[in-house]
Amino acid sequence: MNNVLVVAEQLGGTLKKATLSAVKAGRQLAQRSGGKLHVLVLGKGAQGAAAEVASYGPDQVHLAEHELLEHPLAEPYAQVISQAAKQLEAAYVVAAATAVGKDVLPRAAARLGAGLATDVLAFTGEGTDVTFRRPMWAGAVLAEVKIATPVKALTVRPTEFGTAEKGAGAAPVQPFAAQIDAAAIKTKFLALEQVKSARPELTEARIVVSGGRGTKGDFKPIESLADALGAAVGASRAACDAGWVPNDYQVGQTGKTVAPELYIAAGISGAIQHLAGMKNSKVIVAINKDPEAPIFQVADYGLVGDLFKALPELQAALQK
Amino acid sequence: MKILVTVKRVEDPYQAIKVKPDGSGIVTDGMNYKPNPFDEIAVEEALRLQAKHQGEVVAITLGSDKATSELRQALAMGADRGILVKHDGPLDSDGVARLLQKIVEQEKPDLVLMGKQAIDDDQNQAGQLLAEYLHWGQATFASKHESLESEQEKAKAPGIQIEGAKAKVVREVDGGLETLELALPAVVTVDLRLNLPRYASLPNIMKAKKKEVKELTPAALGVDVTPKVTTLRFSAPPARKGGVKVPDVATLVDKLHNEAKVI
Repeated sequence: MNNVLVVAEQLGGTLKKATLSAVKAGRQLAQRSGGKLHVLVLGKGAQGAAAEVASYGPDQVHLAEHELLEHPLAEPYAQVISQAAKQLEAAYVVAAATAVGKDVLPRAAARLGAGLATDVLAFTGEGTDVTFRRPMWAGAVLAEVKIATPVKALTVRPTEFGTAEKGAGAAPVQPFAAQIDAAAIKTKFLALEQVKSARPELTEARIVVSGGRGTKGDFKPIESLADALGAAVGASRAACDAGWVPNDYQVGQTGKTVAPELYIAAGISGAIQHLAGMKNSKVIVAINKDPEAPIFQVADYGLVGDLFKALPELQAALQK
Repeated sequence: MKILVTVKRVEDPYQAIKVKPDGSGIVTDGMNYKPNPFDEIAVEEALRLQAKHQGEVVAITLGSDKATSELRQALAMGADRGILVKHDGPLDSDGVARLLQKIVEQEKPDLVLMGKQAIDDDQNQAGQLLAEYLHWGQATFASKHESLESEQEKAKAPGIQIEGAKAKVVREVDGGLETLELALPAVVTVDLRLNLPRYASLPNIMKAKKKEVKELTPAALGVDVTPKVTTLRFSAPPARKGGVKVPDVATLVDKLHNEAKVI
């Protein structure tokens, strides 16, 4: 048994982009282990997501359709993931390190007696002896981690792996007969309140414009520049804690990890907890009044100045 | 109701972390230690729930004798008593979860509150593992609708509400907030936005010194803590080299167009 099982994530039948990163990581692992790459899609009405992920190069897609899988609750999901891992003789069980992946995969690992490495950045080694690189202390340290159990579970950080490319054909999609012990489920889904935004999702955007304490609570120049560039809006923890912007804007150790082509940090000092979430961006621009701000140590282009002056100027220049 | 809350001793998040030259760990000379910030939020929430529903708050830590200091800080915040499971060697999240499972079986709490992750190893899995081992429901990343600890925020419904034998938990998910209903007992892990932890007052710090702390060991609990996951070596990430300072917006735009070619 050296197969790889990737757990897909979908919402309302639409595949989450992070899954394509998990599939890419899964393919790398399958090449190292010499096994097959299986993808498990769980949900209710998830055929579309299964068909989509099938075209990204896995060997086989398994679709577990069940009333109790409508919402990604950890208990039923873990039951079905562990069943699939056993049936498919998976040595590696992989999910993207998203809110769902982080919530669900540890429970599946516990059911499988598998050690779990979270937020994996890279692999080393072959066969069943692959080791995993993962960040600790907000990314200040990289750890090379070994899992001693026969089945190994991991969540992978999507931005580190890129996304799988479309294969020549589509893998077969097979129904998976999920056995769910409904009486064992102690959790009920009540509601999902989605933040509605015309902007691209933070973790998927090509450009991110972020603001911090330097905005003093006025995010208008940030939002205006973001909209002119078709960018997502991000924020430092300080700005989120102050309640200036919603929580899910937060980039950093305790928020989201992004790696866009262009990251513009305005009025952000650059605490290590923030850098942990954005330092792998391709190009970083920092705008800050304080020439000593640590953000300048990671920025490709630094502009010392007032963001309330610089951002509108930048927007005007780019819109020309 | 009885609430069990976990407290981990971690490096001060505002101190620089350096890797030892031989890659065996991090440099600990001159390091300050603190309770994991997420665990402080868990303690605060436990105390708020206790204020509303009475009962007992028991704080637990796993680690060396030194972790007693962080445990006492939880007691100074207001937890009623503490448990220290003494263990000096490596301990992975799975070992943590199996030790906690035994404590839960002894203490029989209605709710276990934990930080969503510890800011040292950033694992984010012990709570979920514990919930599975106990066959309990879980809600990770418990949060609130907004972040401000203002008057307006205080008036809002708390992120964790107990009604009879059920808990309603608002949690942060990608792109929004989800509300779950859990049958108690359950495990809830907390995110940043749930509350703003209180500071311990001097009288309470003094009082905490007299509060009961029970000491246990993995052996006494019958748990083999041989790790499933071990770190072979530690390294510093490649430094991102700083770039250039540009004098004005025009130069910046020129660089972005012609050098970086991202716009």
